[in-house]
Formats: sequence, structure tokens, C-alpha cells
Amino acid sequence: MSFYVLIPLLPLIGFLITGIFWPYFKGKGHIVTVPLMIASWVLSLRAFSETMSGPSVHLKLFDWIDSGSFHVAISLMVDHLTAIMLVMVTTVSTLVHIYTVGYMKDDSGYDRFFAYISLFTFSMIMLLMSDNLLELFVFWEAVGFCSYILIVHWYERKPSWVAANKAFIMNRIGDFGFMLGILLVYVVFGTLNYSEIFQKLPAHIHDSINLWSAFNGTTHYSVITVIALLLFVGAVGKSAQLPLHPWLPDAMEGPTPISALIHAATMVTAGIFMIVRLNPIYNASAVAMSVVAWTGALTAVVAATIALTQRDIKKIVAYSTMSQLGYMVMACGIGAYGAGIFHLLTHGFFKALLFLGAGSVIHSMSGEQDIFRMGGLSRAMKITFATMMIGSLALSGIPPFAGFYSKDLILSEAFQSGPTGHIFWMIGVLTAMLTAFYTFRLVFVVFLGKENFSEGEHHHGHEGHAPHESPLVMTFPLIFLSFMALTAGWAGNHYDIVGFLSQSMTVPHPTARPELSEDSLKAISVIVGLVGILLAYFLYAKPSTVPQRMAHQFKRLYSLSLNKWFFDEFYDLVFVKPTIFLSFLLWKEVDKGVIDGIVNGVAEFCQTSAASLRRLQTGQLQNYALVMAIGLFGMVSVFLFIR
Amino acid sequence: MSFSLVNILGTMPEIYLTFFGCVILILDTMIPSEKRSWLAYFTIASLLFAMIASYGLNGKGLPLYQGLYIIDPFSNFFKMIIYIAAIITILFSLPYLDREDIHIGEYYAFILFSTVGMMVMVSAGDLITLFLGIELMSLCFYVMVGLKRGSHRSVEASFKYFLLGAFSAAIFLFGISFLYGATGTETISGIAAFVANPGSLKPMILLGIVLTLVGFAFKISAAPFHMWTPDVYEGAPTVVTGFMSTASKIAAFGVFLRVFWVSFSADKIDWNILIVILSILSMLVGNLVALRQTNIKRMLAYSSIGHAGYASMALLQPNRESLFALMFYLFVYMFMTLGAFGIVLMLRKSGEEGEEISDLVGLHKRHPVAAFAMLVFMFSLAGIPPFGGFLAKFYVFFAVIHAGYAWLAVVGIIFAAIGAFYYLRIVMLMYMKDPESAVEFKSSSLGRLGLLLTAGMTVFLGVYPTPFVEYIKSSLAIFIP
Repeated sequence: MSFYVLIPLLPLIGFLITGIFWPYFKGKGHIVTVPLMIASWVLSLRAFSETMSGPSVHLKLFDWIDSGSFHVAISLMVDHLTAIMLVMVTTVSTLVHIYTVGYMKDDSGYDRFFAYISLFTFSMIMLLMSDNLLELFVFWEAVGFCSYILIVHWYERKPSWVAANKAFIMNRIGDFGFMLGILLVYVVFGTLNYSEIFQKLPAHIHDSINLWSAFNGTTHYSVITVIALLLFVGAVGKSAQLPLHPWLPDAMEGPTPISALIHAATMVTAGIFMIVRLNPIYNASAVAMSVVAWTGALTAVVAATIALTQRDIKKIVAYSTMSQLGYMVMACGIGAYGAGIFHLLTHGFFKALLFLGAGSVIHSMSGEQDIFRMGGLSRAMKITFATMMIGSLALSGIPPFAGFYSKDLILSEAFQSGPTGHIFWMIGVLTAMLTAFYTFRLVFVVFLGKENFSEGEHHHGHEGHAPHESPLVMTFPLIFLSFMALTAGWAGNHYDIVGFLSQSMTVPHPTARPELSEDSLKAISVIVGLVGILLAYFLYAKPSTVPQRMAHQFKRLYSLSLNKWFFDEFYDLVFVKPTIFLSFLLWKEVDKGVIDGIVNGVAEFCQTSAASLRRLQTGQLQNYALVMAIGLFGMVSVFLFIR
Repeated sequence: MSFSLVNILGTMPEIYLTFFGCVILILDTMIPSEKRSWLAYFTIASLLFAMIASYGLNGKGLPLYQGLYIIDPFSNFFKMIIYIAAIITILFSLPYLDREDIHIGEYYAFILFSTVGMMVMVSAGDLITLFLGIELMSLCFYVMVGLKRGSHRSVEASFKYFLLGAFSAAIFLFGISFLYGATGTETISGIAAFVANPGSLKPMILLGIVLTLVGFAFKISAAPFHMWTPDVYEGAPTVVTGFMSTASKIAAFGVFLRVFWVSFSADKIDWNILIVILSILSMLVGNLVALRQTNIKRMLAYSSIGHAGYASMALLQPNRESLFALMFYLFVYMFMTLGAFGIVLMLRKSGEEGEEISDLVGLHKRHPVAAFAMLVFMFSLAGIPPFGGFLAKFYVFFAVIHAGYAWLAVVGIIFAAIGAFYYLRIVMLMYMKDPESAVEFKSSSLGRLGLLLTAGMTVFLGVYPTPFVEYIKSSLAIFIP
């Protein structure tokens, strides 16, 4: 057994020990999970360095399903893509484990929480290491389940379980498409193994399918396009793309470490990982590619406009996550898979940083999440302020921070990609400006300006508790992540991460040469970012009435953004309400009336016939003998009359 | 005509048990009554001894005494079940017999003699040997059912059982005489050769089949030859009921299978109809009438009629799959039914047995372990996973479907669903209601061991059946034509 097995196994062991014996830990749940997680992280680094020099690793653990022509093995596959993702996932997970020690201190579910984040990390690692679609799907569902139980961590609070249900159900819609896609893959290719699918792909590239044959339809569609789109539906759900996104902001009801780990750095990027992993399928379908690109672009800009007006610190970061995920999906849609993954990695670091920073702020404000009730926190929380600043600069794409390199790569790749590329580039640049603006709006409102809170007014009974810097277990992850946010982009650029990643995928080469030179493209995106920051500075760094006046002036637009483009209201009206109405109808009329009537009727019939059969049992010996005799004659007469 | 010592060696387990039974009769007169529990230990020891002896004979397919007696893995498997059933019965017996004031030494001798009878049944290679086995077993049971001489019900049950048993024995003998008349032989394999080419004697063969079938149906208490079952099960001492509903039924199934699959397999089309009728009627009567019972022993009697219906479905198609399904079914059935009777006989209500269903109400509050064991038995009898009863039903239904009787499997599943009601009602009463009557749960260490064995095996067979599946599959080897 090679050490690769230990990478997922160690978090699993942590989960099993903490999960089974949690009543005995009594607030010491970290003593098992954190060291195991650090060990898993070290092994991931080793796996990364081995794939840097050597070939990819493929380990078959055991046959899971072996029935007839259907074989699925549980395997571990570590190629370049997996290795680099592993490093990011285990790094963030380890830091979040450490951060949780401080953040969840005194929480009644402390040990349970550690068990679940270890289970999540195990599932996420297995998702990355899977070598076939079914294994991927199993752990795809497993991370979704972990996300559910972690969002609902504070299950006594109604918003928590409402949000958890919403996340689970919306993901289920996506997973339904995903599952159909997997089934279609099996029908078409006869296998679920990635490499076998890719081998057989050229033979099926012109296959077509009649989707509506059940309804006598005659239109034929390219099978590859249908597969790619169905699988993409799963990615839309998991990576919170339009229109299956509303669960992600609501998922912020969960504890902040979860938001950083699951809803920023790892699970939500699984959709992008899946697209990149299956890139030969997407490359084979131009239609699917443009659907992916447009979905990503729209998500990026819509989410950015929503983030402009939100007041909840975590919701702002959540919409920003959604917008950045849109960026990555768009990158995949234009065939810039390497750039997408590069952004995924840098984003993983700086977004986890922003979430953990936000958590640190919330922690010191005793649970307050409204940014307009904070203010002036830079004096009390110097480390949090500095690290949040780095994270925000990275997110805004200001050099030399990480976001600059990856975002810029996506933008220049977009610019070069065909006729629609310019549109994507413009959307990207617009989003970049909005991003810089809302990010620094948050920073300025929270850390600069006057204090908008009064002592003793805090919630949760922490009266008279002034804002304070968080303990070292919480600031250390922030510092580490700021280091990554500072260097990851430069390192990725310097060591040619895209070239490194291209060894595990087939990347189409750009056709057109850029009309603008690369340098001017870079300059434009940096200038746009700076403009956003300056705007935010003038509007929010000092007390000003301009924002209110603007909100009044553009009332329609303001309310569209504030109400998140009315997605929730729309879904409520079109899907939720009719579903609930239909459920009530089915329950009250069909179930209570028809079904229960049939069931009770059958039960009644059984009881009455039992009563009459029972009357045969008289206790009289001669009757018993008579029944036997009748039975005997009946049996003999079977031959007389039937045969 | 030659006679070799092998014949004696092959029947050593039967000879041992007969001998030990006689020893018990002698010891009984020498042992003071307060030391009578030693006889129980002696009985268990002798059963274990015979078990080891049988195990030593395993894997040998020997026709002994010119084919009158067959030792093969198939019969050995049934003997093993019978030994285990007898041992568990003795485990349950000790305090029960004392409490009912029927603790006499002959009881143990009768257990051993009836065990010998069943062993002769499953090993019989000849219809006369078979008949002797059946009668040996039945005579012992007639006595054991009436063991509570003071009890009106017990004596009545014994008398009914005796008369109806004699009636069925007469029918069975009548069938044998038809077969002998037609074929001129009584050996099972000899009849098989004739049944393949009956010529103009076909009607006689058919009559012989129907009449022997009735004899077997009586023993496995399949409807419409089940009428004795509820009365006898209710009246008999509960330990005897448990033993009778498991061991004697299983032995009857074993010999039923051997006679029909070996002797009559050529005429399968004809007797398949009869088996279908038997099994549907049994499932119908067993499951429906059980719904309305208020006495647990009567309810379990109907339940055992229903189970006879499920199990006899596996007789339809003579192949390895059906055989395996039936053997697994009987194996699981023995543990779960015996265990359920074990719980019933440990319930005491003011000096009497607590055998009303209402006596189980709220058992969970008073004795959670007993309630849980009963839950295991009820769930398993209802066929709910992960207990053995589920797998047993599953294998049987699958075998039936593969035999081409998919519709019959559907009928069986419907009756199983109806039957689940009365099993689950017991669980509901135990767990969801508060106790009303003053019922105690009195167990001894041996009884607890018996419950542990039965409940443990019921769970084990559902969760990890592989070792037993392997064992049963190895027992299929020689028998199948």
C-alpha cells in the first residue's frame, strides 16, 4: 500500500474516532482530527512533489460492483490536476480545522463538528481522486450530505435548517441531471471509467439521440452535447450557477469555518473540477461549451450586482464566491481549463481567507453580521484588518496578489477566444470592477469610519465586551492564508501552472491572436480594479450621503440588486408554492381519501374474512376430520376435473 | 444377502440416542426428584454426543440396510437442525417444567425418542421405514402434549392430536399400499423408476401421490389439514409446542421433499398443482386467521401454518436453488419460532403461563431485553431485513420465480404483507403501550442462553449468513438427481 491511500484515510479515521466516541471527548475533539489532518496535508504535498517529477498514479483499491458487464472499482487516481487540487483542499481544510478550535470554542456541538468536517474532507479528497463517474458521484453526494449536516449544525435555529434543506433540495435538482448524464454515459460508452470514456469518445462523436421518442418526436440531438449538458446541470447545482444558485447565500447560516471550507474553497468548486476532469467531452461539443460559458458569465455579473447592496458580511462574501465561480465556469466554457483551475486555486486561498476574516470579525462582534453596525474595527483588530486587506486586494485583482494573475489569465484567454470572446472579456472586466467596489465597500465600512455599534448593545449576552483581536489559533490560519494569497498567483504564473495542468487534459489551442497586446489587457483590468476601489473609498470610507441618494435615484436597480434579482420570490411563486399546494392536495384528498380508503378497506376485508374463517375452528374433533376428508376429496377431484 | 458392520456404524447416532433414552428411564428412578435437572444436562450431553457422531458421518452418501436407510449430507443437515432444536428445547424446559409441576424424567426420554423418530424419518430410504419414523415421533408427541395431566386443555389436545394423527396415518398407509400395489416396491428410488413409466397404472400412482401428500401435509400442518394445529399448540405445554412446531415440522419437510423429489419427480406436473393449492390455502388460512387471535400460542400456530405455506412453495421445482432455499428457510424458521415460544413460556401471570397477547403489553418497560428479543423474532417472522426471516423468504420467493411461478411469489408476498400486521402488532403492544396486567418475565440462566442462541442466530443469519450458506450448499451435494 502506498502512502496515497493514507491521504483520504487519515481524515476518515479522524471522523470515525471522533464520531463514534464523541461523548468522551468533551470539547477535545480536535486532539485527534487536527494532527491527522496535518499528516494528510503533508502527504498531499508529497503526492504533489511526486507528480511534479513522475507520472500520474493509479491505484485500484477494490472492486465495488462486479456484476455481469458492469464493473466499478474504487480506485485512487492522482494526476497533475488531482495533485494540485489536493494541495489546495488539504491546506484549506487543515487551516479551517485549526481555526475551528478557536471559533467554535464553547459550542455544544464542538466534537460533532470536528467529526463532520473530517468526514467532509475525506469525501472531498475521494471525489478528487476518483477515476470513474460512479465513484465521483458517490462522493459528490457525500460532500453534499456533509454540507447539509454542517449547515444545520445549529439545528435549534430555524434559519439553519431551512437553509440546509434548501441547499440539499437545490443540489438534488442538479444531481438529477448529473445522474441522467452518468446513465447516458454508460448507455453510450458502456463504461464509467474516465480513460475508457475518452478512448471511446472519437467513435461516438457523431452519434445522435432522439430525446423525445416517447412523445413521437423526430428531432435528433448530438449525444455528446446531451451528455455534456446533463452533467453540467450537476455542476450548476453544486457550483451555485444561475439558476440553481440561491442555496449558496442561504448556506451562510452555517458556522463560518464551514462557509470558508465548503462554500468557498472546496465543495462548490467540485462542479468546475468535474468539467475540467471531463474536458474531452466538453471539447467535443461546441454547443455545450457556449452554454457553459454563458452560464458562467451571467452568473459572474449577476452575483456581482447583488453583492453591491448586501448588508450581511457573509452574504457579500458568498455572492462574491458565486461571482468568482461564474468566472471559473466561464473560463471552462471558453476552453481555458488551466486558467479556470488556476483561478479556482488562488480563489480557494483568498476566499477562505476572506471568510475566516469575516468569521474573526463576527466572533469579536459577538455574532453581529450587519456591516453597517460595525465600523472602525481596524484599531482593535490589526491582524484581521491586514489579512482581510490582502484578501480583498487579491480578490480585486491588484498585482502582485494572487487574484491578479489568475483573473488576468482568464480575461486574456477570453479575449482571444473566437468571435464571442470580446463579449466575455467585457463582462469579465465589468465584473472585475464591481468586485473591487463591493469588496472594498465591505472593508471600508467594517474597518474604517466611525464605530456604528454601542457597547452593551451586543447580542448573545456579551454585554460590555469591546471588539477584540481573535486568539492565535484563529489569526494563524489568516496569516498563513494571506501568505498564500500573496504568493500563489506569482508562483503559479512563474512555474507555469497552466502548462503543468495541461498534462492531464486536452486543451484546444487559441486560434486568434489578441488585437490588443497582453500588456494593455493587463493594464485595463488593473485600472478597472483600482477605479472600483477608489469609488468604494469615496462613497464608504468616510460618512457620506451619496450612497443613499444614489439608491433613491436608481430605485428600481437598487431594489433589483437588494432583492437578489427576485430569484427567491420567483422560485417561491413558481415552484415552492405550487408544490406545497399539490402536496396538500395529494395528502388531504388522494392519500387520506383514496389510498387510505383502499388500505383500510383491504384491512377490513382481511379482518372480516379472518373472522369467518375462524368460525371453522369449532374445537369439534369430527369437524376437523371432516375438513381433512373434504380436503382429501378436493385434492383427488383436482385430477378428476382439471386434469 | 450380506450384512456388513457399516450398517450399524451408519446408524450409530440413532442407536446412541435410543440407548441414552433408556438410560434416562432407569436413572429417573434412582435420582431424587430435586436433582432431576441433572437429567436435563445428561440429555443435552447425549444430544451433543449424537451430534458429533452425525458430524463424523457427514459427507458420506451411504444406502444402508439394502437401501432402507440413507445416510447422506442432506439427512445429516436435517439431523443437525433437529439436534439443535432439541437442545434449545431442553434449555427452555428446566424451570418451566418445575413451575408447571410436570417435571418428570420420562419427558427427557420422550424428547430423545421423538428425536430418534425424526432422524429415522429424514434418513428413510423406504416408505415403511419412513412410516415407522413418523409413528415413533408421533407417539412420543401424543404423550408429551398430554403431559399436563391436570389440565383439561392439555388432555383434550393430546386426545385430538392422537385421533387426527391416527386418521392421517391411516390415509398415509393407504397411499403407501396403493404405491406398493402399483410398483411392487417400497423403496423411494424403486418407486421413482416406476413412476417414470407407469403405463396403465397411472391412476393408482396418482392416488398414492395424493394420499401420501395428505399424510405429509398433516405433519407440516398445511391447510386444509391444519385443523389440529391451533388446538394442539395451545393445549400442549409450551416447551412441547415449540419443539413440535419446529423439529417435527422440519423433519416432515425433509422427508416430504425426499419422497416427492426422488420418487415422484417424473410426475411433477401433476403434484405441482396440489402443492400450489396447499401453499396458497396455508398462507391464506395462516395469515388471515392469525389476525384475530388473542392467544399468542394460537397466533404462533397460525403463523406456523402460514410458514408451512411459504416453505412448501420451494418444493415445486426439484433443483439445487429450491433445495437450498427450503433448507435455509427451515434453518431460520427453527431459530425464530423456537425463540418466540421461548419468550412466551417465560411469561408468568399469577402462577400460570402468560399466553394472552395482552400479557405482552408494555413488556418493554418491564423487561427491555426480553422485549427486544421478541422484537427480533417478530421482525424476522414478518420477513423484515436485516433478520434471517427476510433472507429466508427472499431465497424462497426467488426460487419460486425461477421455477416459473412468478404469480405464486406475488401471492406469497401479498400474504407476507398481511401477515406482517399481526407480528408488528405484538411489537407495537410491547413498545408503545404501558403495562396493564401483572405479568412477570421469569428466566433462568439456561433459558437466557437459549434466547441468546435463538435471537443471536436470527440476527446473525440475516446479517452474515455466508458460513451457513456455505454449509447448506455443501449439504446439497449428493442428494440431487
